[in-house]
Formats: sequence, C-alpha cells, structure tokens
Amino acid sequence: MAFTFAAFCYMLALLLTAALIFFAIWHIIAFDELKTDYKNPIDQCNTLNPTVDRVKKIKRVRLALKLVLPEYLIHVFFCVMFLCATEWLTLGLNMPLLAYHIWRYMSRPVMSGPGLYDPTTIMNADILAYCQKEGWCKLAFYLLSFFYYLYGMIYVLVSS
Amino acid sequence: VSFSRAFESYNFKHSSARFSTCALSVRPFSVSSHPKHAHRAASESAQWPIYTSGDSSSTTTGSASPVPNSYESVEGGGYSGTSLQASLRHLHPYSQVLTLLSSALGGLGGVSELEAETLRPVNLLQERNILPPKHAPPPEPNLSNDLRKVNCSPDTFRCTLTNIPQTQALLNKARLPLGLLLHPFRDLTQLPVITSNTIVRCRSCRTYINPFVSFLDQRRWKCNLCYRVNDVPDEFMYNPVTRSYGEPHKRPEVQNSTVEFIASSDYMLRPPQPAVYLFVLDVSHNAVESGYLNVFCQSLLDNLEKLPGDTRTRIGFVTFDSTVHFYNLQEGLSQPQMLLVSDIDDVFIPTHDNLLVNLKESKELVKDLLNALPGMFTHTRETQSALGPALQAAYKLMCPTGGRVSVFQTQLPTLGAGLLQSREDPNLRSSTKNVQHLGPATDFYKKLALDCSGQQIGVDLFLLSSQYSDLASLACVSKYSAGSVFYYPSFHHVHNTAQSQKFQKDLQRYLTRKIGFEAVMRIRCTKGLSIHTFHGNFFVRSTDLLSLANVNPDSGFAVQMSIEESLADTSLACFQAALLYTSSKGKRRIRVHTLCLPVVSQLSEVFAGADIQAITCLLANMAIDRSISSSLSDARDALVNAVVDCLTAYRANGSNIQPSGLITPAALRLFPLYVLALLKQKALRTGTSTRLDERVFSMCELKSQPLLQIMRMAHPDLYRIDNMTEQAALHLNDSVIPQPPLLQLTAEKLTREGAFLMDCGSVMFLWVGKCCNETFIRDVLGYPNYASLPSNMTEIPELQTMYSERTRAFISWLLESRTFHPAFHVIKDDTSAKTSFFQHLVEDRTESAFSYYEFLLHIQQQMSK
Repeated sequence: MAFTFAAFCYMLALLLTAALIFFAIWHIIAFDELKTDYKNPIDQCNTLNPTVDRVKKIKRVRLALKLVLPEYLIHVFFCVMFLCATEWLTLGLNMPLLAYHIWRYMSRPVMSGPGLYDPTTIMNADILAYCQKEGWCKLAFYLLSFFYYLYGMIYVLVSS
Repeated sequence: VSFSRAFESYNFKHSSARFSTCALSVRPFSVSSHPKHAHRAASESAQWPIYTSGDSSSTTTGSASPVPNSYESVEGGGYSGTSLQASLRHLHPYSQVLTLLSSALGGLGGVSELEAETLRPVNLLQERNILPPKHAPPPEPNLSNDLRKVNCSPDTFRCTLTNIPQTQALLNKARLPLGLLLHPFRDLTQLPVITSNTIVRCRSCRTYINPFVSFLDQRRWKCNLCYRVNDVPDEFMYNPVTRSYGEPHKRPEVQNSTVEFIASSDYMLRPPQPAVYLFVLDVSHNAVESGYLNVFCQSLLDNLEKLPGDTRTRIGFVTFDSTVHFYNLQEGLSQPQMLLVSDIDDVFIPTHDNLLVNLKESKELVKDLLNALPGMFTHTRETQSALGPALQAAYKLMCPTGGRVSVFQTQLPTLGAGLLQSREDPNLRSSTKNVQHLGPATDFYKKLALDCSGQQIGVDLFLLSSQYSDLASLACVSKYSAGSVFYYPSFHHVHNTAQSQKFQKDLQRYLTRKIGFEAVMRIRCTKGLSIHTFHGNFFVRSTDLLSLANVNPDSGFAVQMSIEESLADTSLACFQAALLYTSSKGKRRIRVHTLCLPVVSQLSEVFAGADIQAITCLLANMAIDRSISSSLSDARDALVNAVVDCLTAYRANGSNIQPSGLITPAALRLFPLYVLALLKQKALRTGTSTRLDERVFSMCELKSQPLLQIMRMAHPDLYRIDNMTEQAALHLNDSVIPQPPLLQLTAEKLTREGAFLMDCGSVMFLWVGKCCNETFIRDVLGYPNYASLPSNMTEIPELQTMYSERTRAFISWLLESRTFHPAFHVIKDDTSAKTSFFQHLVEDRTESAFSYYEFLLHIQQQMSK
C-alpha cells in the first residue's frame, strides 16, 4: 500500500466533487427560487417594490452565474489531474461532461463578462426548465462520481 | 411545454432551398400555369357567402374608438370621494355597420349555427375566394349573453383560442399555439375610473375583483382564478353609481371588465415621479446633413405645451458627436449654456443642477435652445458618434428620478463604450441561405437598458440613417427598457419628403401621446394555466410580472400560455392583466383588464374557436424569437410546420371529410394564406433583397405592435378606389364613406384601368394603372392625365370635387382608429417604385417564393409524408 499520485488525484477529486455537489444544489435552489417566486401569496410587496425586487433577483442570477465558471474550472482541473495520473477510465467517464461544459460555454448568449445566464431570457419557461433539469442531472452525476472516486481511491491505495 | 411540435423540434423537414423555383418575376396566377385552378376561381367567384351572421356583438359591445389622450380629459371632470366617470360612448364607425348588420340579421345566428359555420370544412385547393369582403370581426367566445356583454374588448385582449382546451394533451392534439395578445394601455374613450379606499382583491392570489367572480351571498365572493372565498368589505356594499347600499354586484368593478383604479399609497414605493423627458440628439456631420434637427426642434416647439405632465414636468437636452454636450437651462440665465464633456471614456455630469429643468419655469430658455439648436452645428466637421457615452450620461442624469429618454441617432456609433462595427455584407442581402447578425453584437446596450429599467428610465430610439447602423444591437436599449423603436431609412429632409413627413407626424404623436411611468404589469390566469413566454418590449421580472419603465399606448404584448393542470372541473377560464403605473399627472393608477373564455373538451370545439389573426401574430412573435436564437431558415420551417401540423391534426380528427384536397375548418381557412404572408414579410423573407436594418426593424415592429397593426403589416388590405359607389356605404354624421370590398393580394385583381389603395399599416400605396380613367386622375389627384402625374406624390390634394371628397373620406376613415399616420405614396405603374407595391402582393409568385397555390400544394405534399 503506497500513496501514489493517482491516489492523491482521487482524494483531491473527492474533495472537489463535494464542492461541486454544493454548487449543483445551490444552482437548483437559485432557479427554483426564480421560478416559484410568484407562489408567494402576499405578492403585494413585489408589485410595490420594483427596484428592490428586481435588483435582488438580478443579484441572485448573478451569483448563480458567478458559480458557473469556478464549477467548470474545478471540473477541468481534476480532469487534467486524471490525465496526468493516466487514469483513462475515470477520464473517459468525465469526458462527456467536459464536452458538454465546453459546448455550453461556447453557445452562451452574447455578453461581455464571463457567465452563462442572461437576465432577460432566464424567465422564459423553456430556459428555466432546462436550467433546472441541468441542475438535477449534474447533481446526480456528481453524487455518483463522488462514490466512484471514493471507490477508486481505495482501490488504488489497496492495489498498489 | 405548450407548443406545437413545429417549434420544439429542430427537424429540417423542408429546406428553404426548395422555395427557389424557376426564376420568374412577379406574376399573377395565370391560366397557363394553373388552368384548372384559374377556371375554378372564375366559376366559384361567389363562393364566400356567409360570414357575419351573429358574429357582430363583439365589436359593438366593447369597442370604443381610440382617441389620443382622451381619457385624461375624462379624468379632468372628477367627482369627489368615491367617483366614477363614464363618458359618452363613441362607437367606432365600423361597429355601427355591424350594429345595422346584426339588427338586420337579428335572430339568424345562434351559437350552434355559428360553431357549425366555423367548422364547415373548406377545401382550399378549390375555394379561391376565401378572403372576406370586409374585415371580419374576431370570433366570439361561446359564452352566455350576460358574460359576453361584459367581456373585455377584443381590441385590448385577445386569445388565440377562444375555446380553451381542457388539458395540455388536447391542446397538443390541436397543434395550435395558445396565447394572449394584449394592448393594455390603448387609448380609450370610455373608461370607468374608480377611487376608493380599499381596492377589493382576492386574499390568496391578489386578483382584482372583476365581472366574472361569483357572489355566494351578500357578504362573500369567490375568486374566479383561484376559487378562494373572500369577504366583501363594507365599503364595497355601497354603490356610488346608483347611490344604493347592499348591491355589491352592481358596482362598476363588477360591471366592467376594463376599469382603472386610483391607487393608494400602498401601491407606491416612493412618491410618484414627475414626468421627466430627456432628449439625446446626434449632432454629428451626418445628422446635420440629414436635416432632422430642424424637424425635431420645430416639432417639439409646436408641442411643448402638449407634452403630457403637470407643474412638476422636467425637461433636458444632451447632444453628442465625438463629445457629449449638456445644456444648462437654469431659470434666470439670459441664454442656455452649453457644457462640453470631452472625456468620453469616463463620462461625468458637469453640474448636477439645472440640466434637467422644470419646463414651466424655464420655458423661455427651452424655446431659445430649440430655436438655436439647428443653427449651432451647421458647420460641424465632426463625423464620429459617441452614442454609448451619451447614453451613459443620460442614464446618470435620469437616475434619481426615472423618466423617458428619447435618443435620435443617425449613424453607427463609432466612439467610446458601445462602439459597433459594420456587420452587413451587401452581397448577402438577397441570399436564400441564412441571414447572419440578427442578434446583438455586444451586450453593452442590453446591460444599459437593464440598468435603466431598474431606475425606471425608458429609452426610445429614433434611428434616421441611410447606412447600416446595426439596429440589432442598438434596439436592445429600447427592448429591455420598455421603449419603442422608430426607424426612418434614408431619411433626408429635402430628398426624401415622404420620410420627412412621416417623421414629423410620428413625432407629433410621440410627443403628445399618453405616457405611464414606473409601471409593472402582472398577468394572472385561472389556476391550471401558466405563462410560458412573453413577447414585446419589457424586462421580465418574475414568471408573471413585467417591468415597464415607461408604458405607451401604442405598444402591444403577446404571451404564450401552457396548461399545467387539467381544467376539467371548471367551465370558464379567465385572464387578468393589471397594469400599475404613474400617470403624467403624478397619480398612481391601476388599469385592469379581464377576459373570460369557455373551456371545452372536444377537439372540434377547439378548432371552431380558433382566432386566426391572433394565432398568426403569436406565431410571428415565436418565429422571430426562433430566428434570433436559432436561424432564419429554422424559423421559416417552423412556420410552415405549424400549418402542416395543424391541418394534419384536423384531418386526423375529422370523420366526414373527403380524402382529396386540402381541408381546413372555416375558422382556419386563412391560416395558410397568413403564414405565407408572414414568410414574405420583410422580417422573415429570404431571397428578396432586404437590408439588415430594415429586416431587424420589421422584427422589432412585429414584436411590439398591437395585433391589428401586425395584421396590416403582414397581410395588407387592398381596395379598388377609382370606382367606389355609394352602395353599402357608411353614413356617418353627414359624410358618406364608401366601402369597397377587400381584394386578394394578387396582381390578378389589378387592372390597368383602375386605381388601387394598399394599406400596409405604416405605409399606404396608391397604385395608378396606365389606363386609369382620367376623371379619377383629374378629380382626385389633380393632374390632367396619367402622363403628367409626378412619380413622387406623397399626398392626395384636397380638391372640391365629389370624387375627391369621397376618396378622402374613405382614406381618413381608414386612418381614424390609427395613432400613427402612415406614409403615403402614389405609385405609377411604370416607375421603379412599383416593386415596393408589388412585393406586398403575397399571393403571387416571386423569384424566390411560392405563389399561394404552390404553397398549398407544398403543404399538401408535406401532409402526405
């Protein structure tokens, strides 16, 4: 039993995936908040507070938007680590998500800063539903990969 | 997911390449190409007998002809305390005809008969004359007479399906889009205004009380949207109209589906803002050359008194070329002071006072400035344009109050933030392949618009440019701040008089029209229905809430709906649009419109209630979204698929239908025609040379205009006006208004002996044939013969002949209900200008697009796949 680079990679990935799970949950909550805002029975204050309410909403979207880039970078980071550690199977499992991230970022709306979400189109029911679905799928993926990395780490530690 | 398959799937069932058939110039249906059809057209020319029976009350009950600012005057004569006003109802002339008609046809049209009529199968390949000779009223929802009487006017509120399907599955089966077309801030002549301490609303969903709620007993009412039972407040028991107590169901809120409340301070976050107007003017060489400044300053001088507002009204001016200039208009100065800011990278406000001044106090200085402004820049050599910094300055200036910014721009912004590059390749203007650059090049204008929207600043854009100015990017500044966009291609005060006149008239309307500030609009609907997407100019703040920094009476909105839960346990579906705004007099008001529609469970009933004009408008909005987010060809395919899917669904459902031919229910018989018209519309056409800016402007118009205007744009009205008779004419007051029948948009209907008027909404053409009778040319146009007609006539002279009076009466009748005057062109048959007329003949084949008959065959072929 030896502490190899691959084992280190798995440990790191394990920690980072925990962070990604947090991001995914945050993402889901942010969009759910956006969607269910109107369910509030006393929405009078919403009608009354144009500025305050709007700013809050944009901030919420902006925060969700800020988390996108770190998430992508973290994922790219441990993909590169697995590449270095020549863990081909793990890398292969992560490739589809990596490709998806790249595609998603390439096809984002025109904007000068980093980010994915456009406050003017985010309220469109299709886009909102898509983002929510995306959040749930990612959460599932990260959870599964969390256990996979745990298994991978132990396997590497034991086998070497 | 509410929407027919066409818009969900990205399948390329038919490529647009197929549209380009043999190269033929504009030509009518000719006997040689479709002998069978032409023959039928001749033999079945009287194929269109029944239309109006029983269909008339929709326009008669609710219509009130829009007159600019009329309601402000209604408001003037206010009562004290709980007051209501109902001015005399001025019926629209059109509805008077219908009143006559309906009384003539009284008792003929029952509801079931009506439904049978709208479901009558029509074989489009055989029936050629499907266009009604008069404007058909929108379909009438199948409601009891009491409800029908109080229902919202179709001019304000229309639904694509007047019979709401019970479930999403049923809606999917019908393959028709479900949505609303709204014109919420329309000028009204009759509007009950209600001042009361408590505005009665449902406690759970906050719906305003409306005619469609049910009173369980004297003290309780049941909300028609969420079905919660609410208490009737004491104050509501008293009826101010009849001055009686204990009749809550006779209150004006419950008697009218369009009402306006004066809101209390509960509805304010801050004291109502004053009316603030800022004008941002381009004064670069290009702008001075075009001469718009003169027109603008003169127009503003003329209308300075009529600007909506009160004693608090403020006004300011900013001009820009490569620098930004501010004007100090402090009361007491001998003349306006110009302050110049040349640091455009970090633009700042030179002084915080006196740039926006009280109009009343500084009126003389404002007048001085307007008189001096056109002369100040006559010799400028500055060709650059720093629009971005000027807008940033305007934003900073308006931040504390909010208000309206009117931007006049004449070229591509070339300096500072938000500078743009030319993206148009003139060689690709008529390409049949994809059109690029329909979306913005930068998000600078969008971000600025969002900031503006947050501070309650609406930005209206006037683009007067002869070259490409990237309207796709610039328009964002108005789109998301609830402004409006005006575009005058190749504007020049001398060389282009038609454009110049239109600009002048538009300005007149723009400056004097009603305006609402710091507005929000919420759309509520019966539990089970939900809003899918909004179309128009606004910022969407929540799933059902639109933020409108400014609201104007000329903009329309469209809403796509979906059915989330089954509506099986209800027989009525209701929609309520509530617009909360600050009037120019500084009062917080809420305008509420409520529409009620029946819910049905049969597919045939859904088809029977289809409102084809509303469907066309909603599809146009969806197609434009699609062409920006995906591609133009994709949007065009989706439009065609929308027809194909709907007709396939009808065929699959129908039992007693002959297998051959292209069968539609009568309610949808114009569907293929309207979709073809949309495909040939400037915004969506391919193959015909279209400048990118004009295309984008057309898209902006389709997205933000009210329904009737969109319909005129897509499918113009054509009349023959050289032989109008008094037969079936309207008699209004003492004038006689002839009513020529609507003609199909095909060159087949034109003759060299005639003169034809085409009404495209924002432009009107009078096409004069070569052999047009000389009496018409002499008596109406004022020239001795055809040869002496000038090629650039832009108005009809006021001649004292009967012929001329009749023609002018007809044209002014057409214009009566319109707020913006269209440009007018007299077109001779032999000038090059005639292409602009002929491109609107949508039923004819062009080099790159189907004729109507070919389009039908194409649909039939797609259906049989």
